[in-house]
Amino acid sequence: MDRLLEPFAYGFFRHATWVAVLAGGLCGLVGTYVVLRGMSYIGHGLSHAVFGGAAASFALGANFYLGAFTWGFVSALLIHAVARRRTIGADAAIGVITSVSFAIGIAIISVSGGFTRNFEAALFGNVLGVTVSDVLVVAGVALATGCIVFFRYRALLFATFDPEVAEVSGVGTKGIDATMAIVLASTITATMNVVGVMLIAAVLVIPPVIARLLTDSFHRMLWISVGTGALCGFVGVYLSYYLNWSSGATVVITAAVLFVAAYVVSTVRGRRIPDAGFEAH
Amino acid sequence: MIRLDRVTCRYGREPVLLDVAMVVDEGDFVGVVGPSGSGKSTLLKAIAGSIRPIAGTIARRKGLTIGYVPQVETVNWYFPVTVREAVMMARSGDRLLPWASRTERREADDVLDRLGLGGLGNRHIRELSGGQQQRVFVARALLGRPKLLLLDEPTSGVDVRTRHDVMHLIHDLHHEGLAIVLTTHDLNGVAAHLPRLICLNREVIAEGTPRQVIRPEVLERTYGAPLEVLSHGGMPVVIEQYPDLEAERAAQVLSFPEGHHEHA
Repeated sequence: MDRLLEPFAYGFFRHATWVAVLAGGLCGLVGTYVVLRGMSYIGHGLSHAVFGGAAASFALGANFYLGAFTWGFVSALLIHAVARRRTIGADAAIGVITSVSFAIGIAIISVSGGFTRNFEAALFGNVLGVTVSDVLVVAGVALATGCIVFFRYRALLFATFDPEVAEVSGVGTKGIDATMAIVLASTITATMNVVGVMLIAAVLVIPPVIARLLTDSFHRMLWISVGTGALCGFVGVYLSYYLNWSSGATVVITAAVLFVAAYVVSTVRGRRIPDAGFEAH
Repeated sequence: MIRLDRVTCRYGREPVLLDVAMVVDEGDFVGVVGPSGSGKSTLLKAIAGSIRPIAGTIARRKGLTIGYVPQVETVNWYFPVTVREAVMMARSGDRLLPWASRTERREADDVLDRLGLGGLGNRHIRELSGGQQQRVFVARALLGRPKLLLLDEPTSGVDVRTRHDVMHLIHDLHHEGLAIVLTTHDLNGVAAHLPRLICLNREVIAEGTPRQVIRPEVLERTYGAPLEVLSHGGMPVVIEQYPDLEAERAAQVLSFPEGHHEHA
């Protein structure tokens, strides 16, 4: 038993566990809306865009979180604005804006003195190096996001399921889109150091997909996704201590194992794979 | 209730509606017919307020509540919502708390019972029959206590029996005092049974009772193809003609020798 609890004797590991559980739950919550709005690719793209903001803030000596968030938020709004014109698809808009943003980040790093430890953490995640302030930032974003989802639950659901009728029924869908952009940019910025830019899309997408395989009810999907995300964070960090693997990669591999299990369970139960549920409508 | 005056709407550069004038009063029951791309759905969205016209005005009576039932083809049937969750969306702006109040639950149950969906509240929307699926979205619109109900192609893609059930329900709602505007492709099964029709092809071609507007010259201007109209029991019946195909078939019959017709 002592051997099993050994890692928790270290302060850095307790911080890592807290931040991984909070980040996993937060990504599971936000990811549910991301996936159901057909925006899975935006999670991937925006994480790269946020990296550009982090690099710019480093070069300018500005606050890391503020720079990354602002850049991510502006990128999300630009993607929505370009996609609304319908001349080019949302996927192409995401591809252009976020790739350019990522490239700008790389360019800034190459000019301003190379690849530092901070950027390595941002790219690949370093959950074992998080500080108390990192934990507080993730906790703050999780609390704020939880409040938004709690008090705007009905409007968010309607706007996600049927934006056109929601608009007719008095739900301000443009406001909902802007709120989602803020929430997504905040989530990616806050959790970037935990799983890393390269893997964050997986943590945003896999828990909701697992939840969708297991339920046909929206509110149950939300709970299962949050629980799965938090569980992946906990198990991933715990295993990474013993396996000596990258913490971000271990969290994602844990999620992948659970996905395979959920896939098998849903197949045995005879549920069809709800592929269309993950497309834009 | 609603007055449209010279309303023009467009997507991109192409106008979808041009100078459309229309009035909907209390107790009205209006059908909008026209070919695909004629602007029927756009007209409903303009009435509902989800599309703003680039010219003309839409005047709505103050405090008018509108229920909108979209085409079922546009619904994402794999989205994880139960019947009750879908219907409760009508109350999105009423309460900050995510769960339904006791009153809301009772009202939702009443609407579901009334539309024959009682006991199906916890089913996923995909698990219902075509007619039940259509009624879920009528139920959602009704839970918003509308005075005007807009239905976009409520009978498209359903069988004859379901179409009959859906139209019966819509007529019942009209008799209870709801003003209704619906779009339809179905001239014989739906449009001919409505009290008032608007023939639309970007602009209003004709407006009146079915007997006034279901006439060959009006339909040819609306659809751009010749349509024959017969009268059956005092009601107009539209016969679709395919002159090219019929001529081709006649030519084929003539080209085969006697005795080969059955195989041809």
